[in-house]
Amino acid sequence: MWMIETPAFISFFIGALIAAFTRGFLRNALMIIIPIVSALHLWTLPEGIHLQFTFLNYQLIPYRVDKLSLMFGYVFHIASLIAIIYSLHVKDTIQQVSAMLYAGSALGAVFAGDLLSLFVFWELLAFTSVFLIWARRTQRSYTAGMHYLIIQVLSGVILLVGTLFYAAENNTLAFGYIGLDSIAGWLIFIAFGIKCAFPIAHNWLTEAYPEATVTGTVFLSAFTTKVAVYSLARAYPGTELLVYIGAVMTCFPIFFAVIENDLRRVLAYSLINQVGFMVVGIGIGTALAINGAVSHAFNDVIFKGLLFMSMGAVLQMTGRINGSNLGGLYKTMPKTTILCIIGAASISAFPLFSGFVSKSMVMSAALAQGYDWVWLMLLFASAGVFHHAGIKIPYFAFFAHDSGIQASDPPKNMLFAMAIAAGLCIAIGIYPAALYSLLPYDTGYNPYDATHVLAQTQLLFFSALAFVWLNLKGMYPPELRSTNLDFDWIYRRAMPLMFKNIFSFIWKIDGKVRNKIKESLSYSFTYLAGKNNKLSSMLSRNHPSGSMAMWVAVVLGVYLLLSFIK
Amino acid sequence: MLHLPILQVVIPLMAAPLCLLLKRPQLVWLFALFVSTVAFIISLLLLQQVSTTGVISYELGGWQAPWGIEYRIDQLNALLLIIISATSTVVLIAAQTSIEKEIPKNKHTLFYILYLLSLTGMLGIVSTGDAFNVFVFLEISSLSAYSLIALGKKRQALWASFQYLIMGTIGATFILIGIGLMYQMTGTLNMEDLSQRLPQVAQTKTVFTAFTFIIVGICLKLALFPLHLWLPNAYAYAPSIVTAFFAATATKVAIYLLIRFTFTVFGLSFSFTTLPLQGLFLVLGLMGIIVASSAAIYQKNIKHLFAYSSIAQVGFIIIGLSTNSVMGLTATLLHLFNHAIMKGAIFLALGAVVYQIGNSQLVNFSGLGRKMPLTMAAIVIGGLSLIGVPLTAGFISKWYLLTALIENNWWPVAILILLGSLLTVIYVWRIVEVIYFKEPLAENTSVTEAPILFLISIWTLIIANFYFGIDTRFSVQLTQSAAQSLFGLSP
Repeated sequence: MWMIETPAFISFFIGALIAAFTRGFLRNALMIIIPIVSALHLWTLPEGIHLQFTFLNYQLIPYRVDKLSLMFGYVFHIASLIAIIYSLHVKDTIQQVSAMLYAGSALGAVFAGDLLSLFVFWELLAFTSVFLIWARRTQRSYTAGMHYLIIQVLSGVILLVGTLFYAAENNTLAFGYIGLDSIAGWLIFIAFGIKCAFPIAHNWLTEAYPEATVTGTVFLSAFTTKVAVYSLARAYPGTELLVYIGAVMTCFPIFFAVIENDLRRVLAYSLINQVGFMVVGIGIGTALAINGAVSHAFNDVIFKGLLFMSMGAVLQMTGRINGSNLGGLYKTMPKTTILCIIGAASISAFPLFSGFVSKSMVMSAALAQGYDWVWLMLLFASAGVFHHAGIKIPYFAFFAHDSGIQASDPPKNMLFAMAIAAGLCIAIGIYPAALYSLLPYDTGYNPYDATHVLAQTQLLFFSALAFVWLNLKGMYPPELRSTNLDFDWIYRRAMPLMFKNIFSFIWKIDGKVRNKIKESLSYSFTYLAGKNNKLSSMLSRNHPSGSMAMWVAVVLGVYLLLSFIK
Repeated sequence: MLHLPILQVVIPLMAAPLCLLLKRPQLVWLFALFVSTVAFIISLLLLQQVSTTGVISYELGGWQAPWGIEYRIDQLNALLLIIISATSTVVLIAAQTSIEKEIPKNKHTLFYILYLLSLTGMLGIVSTGDAFNVFVFLEISSLSAYSLIALGKKRQALWASFQYLIMGTIGATFILIGIGLMYQMTGTLNMEDLSQRLPQVAQTKTVFTAFTFIIVGICLKLALFPLHLWLPNAYAYAPSIVTAFFAATATKVAIYLLIRFTFTVFGLSFSFTTLPLQGLFLVLGLMGIIVASSAAIYQKNIKHLFAYSSIAQVGFIIIGLSTNSVMGLTATLLHLFNHAIMKGAIFLALGAVVYQIGNSQLVNFSGLGRKMPLTMAAIVIGGLSLIGVPLTAGFISKWYLLTALIENNWWPVAILILLGSLLTVIYVWRIVEVIYFKEPLAENTSVTEAPILFLISIWTLIIANFYFGIDTRFSVQLTQSAAQSLFGLSP
């Protein structure tokens, strides 16, 4: 049947075409219909390979459907629908078109059954999404987008080289388990790692996402890293290295998130932290862990989307996004506040919210496999998430000191999109069986038996309760000060003073150091440019015929010599 | 059907003087286009004949082979004939429009005559099986090429053409000396015959010298680093149509000669042991890629930029040859074919820009993405193909080249090749940035899309670029079996 053979990304690419040539109500209606129709189509789709052809003696499989890819297929549809609704008010055609292409590329990537198709979509992801960053049309967004593009394309090139080596070694391009025992395996691993924002390679994410447009960030947060998570789950399940990388990923962003003022950047750090949980799950590689990683990816797309949407709404309505400039918005943006809190509760893994039902899986899996230290790191990370995403975000935006900003709740479409996401967060949290039935493995896991709830979330749950209560009272308990709340106290009480004094001192030194570096850099650049000028003129200046002829004579002489002395 | 091999060459040869009778440029153009199309059809028929009945040997005037001149068509020749006649036809579609602004009206007829002569020369070099005949056709194509380049609008064209003349003549002379030495040793000029007689005298200094002269002469013609210096100016100052035609075909013909002489005439074992050709080609090819690509990055004139890029691409082609494997030779032949398609498209698009704004300086391309969307898209797609992005033809040949290198376990070379591709990304990006992210210059605000004939010929090649990047059956099968038969393996 041709319907079955039409890959999911095609409908989105058609959607992009429609978005390019229609305007107004018609475009909005069609843009909403496309993900819905495509999702219904996906729902009826049997597993298996639906499209393949031969290319250069290799089998290409651009459309392979199995449980793992379906899971991501579903959530990408949900995410794109939500994000499309959220961005209905945007009149900028470039954004609408590139968003559709971007979502389509992500779907193409998760359904790609061979490495070459994967590579094509991998690069498409980069090239389509960068316009969502550039669409902000500021100098900063242009620079950030450029860095983003370079890193993403680099990741694609490494993937291509890895693919080439892989094909040469195994004589197949099929995208399945790869493992780390060959050069090809390492290269592809690095490519995936860059896109997955592994530590050190993560800067593109935190630099670019906060610079994208209000709606663009919502799209960005859903797809790129999750495609990388999917690819890792497909190719490197059970690779122990991933456990440690993932554990580091869960922990290190917390420190950065805590000192960051731009709330969308805080969310970008917390995105890395959440992806860390998934990476740990993939690294552990048991059925339970993979289930946990995949379902956490599923939930993260939704609740992280919700948080980015609520911060986007704040940015859109107030024009500010720095925590120090915001506050007290709950009075004027009550609906956004509630929705944001639901997202914050989900990411902090409160029971009855979606984050809980998936994160606990990864953590039980870590404990079951004897990764005690990793488990502790994850626990610390959970507390850290709770602090910077669960408390800091809503607190600074909507409560804290009253900034006196006159704002209102955002347009209806934005609220509606957030409401869908929030509804899903709660629905999955209350009835996780629906989510579990989609998972690749059947492990009979139940997050809501007494042991799990108590053992896995005791700490979080009580600290949450304590925090809520203390917040209402307006004071901080000494027993929590030693952990993450310590930072919060700094923010709330000492920030004006500390920031002004200590940080101004640090900035001063920092400024001096940076000036020094900048000076020496620019000096060396001019030096290099001068050299380069010489070089370029040497390479491409016009040569007199005599010197050319002399070169011919030299070459002839060398060749003759070589042929005689062999 | 029997006389196809000679018709392939004679039709354009005879047609050239006939142009003088037609006089009116429009008519001459249609006539030249017709002739070129006929040549293209003949080349397709020849290919079909070769693939059904095997190698075609045609004896000119009925004189038997070693004494008379033999035309010999195998799959390699057929492939080259198709490349030459096809690009010539596509380029001619846009020719009349383009030369209207670049060549004075009274020289239009002469232009077509030279063009057809040049076409004849190239087709002749490829179809003949006689070493001396190669030299004759080489001179026909080169002499017409010098005059065609001299037709360029700027005064530098004369100078570029003169330099090309000197270098080209040195190259041709070297080839002639080589052929003469071979004749002295074996008493024959027929390539097949030579290949049988040379082994008996192979270990003499004379044959070594002959081989060296021929290789250096050909390397000069194909602009292999460091003998590439004549090429950038010749390409940049020639009329745009001429550049498009030569960029797609001229170096290809020289590479054909290189393959023919090393594989068939001198034989594999001789060629690759007399000179350390593997090492030489590898090093020179790599240096060519790196040096020419780096030079391309700094060019201010886009024609210069892509001329340097052509030199770099020759490097890729030669490295395929240096692997001395079927896979590598396949990559070389594939890249011959694919490079003709992409460079043809790019230079035609540049011709369209010159037609609209009068020059091809990079600054003048500012903001043209909005003014000439189709032409600019073609340049970008051609550039992507140069880089080797999947779904374009360039990807296929890079893929084969890298596979060949990995087969040989030349990892460092593979990495350097990828580095070279990265340099390509840089110079293509420079153009993209100017085209799409800058505001148009004040004097270019009223520029419009290129004329329809330009668009037809450009986009024919661009579509071919996609087609041969996706459906590789034709190109890969043909080049693979040609490579296999050159290595003496039955396909």
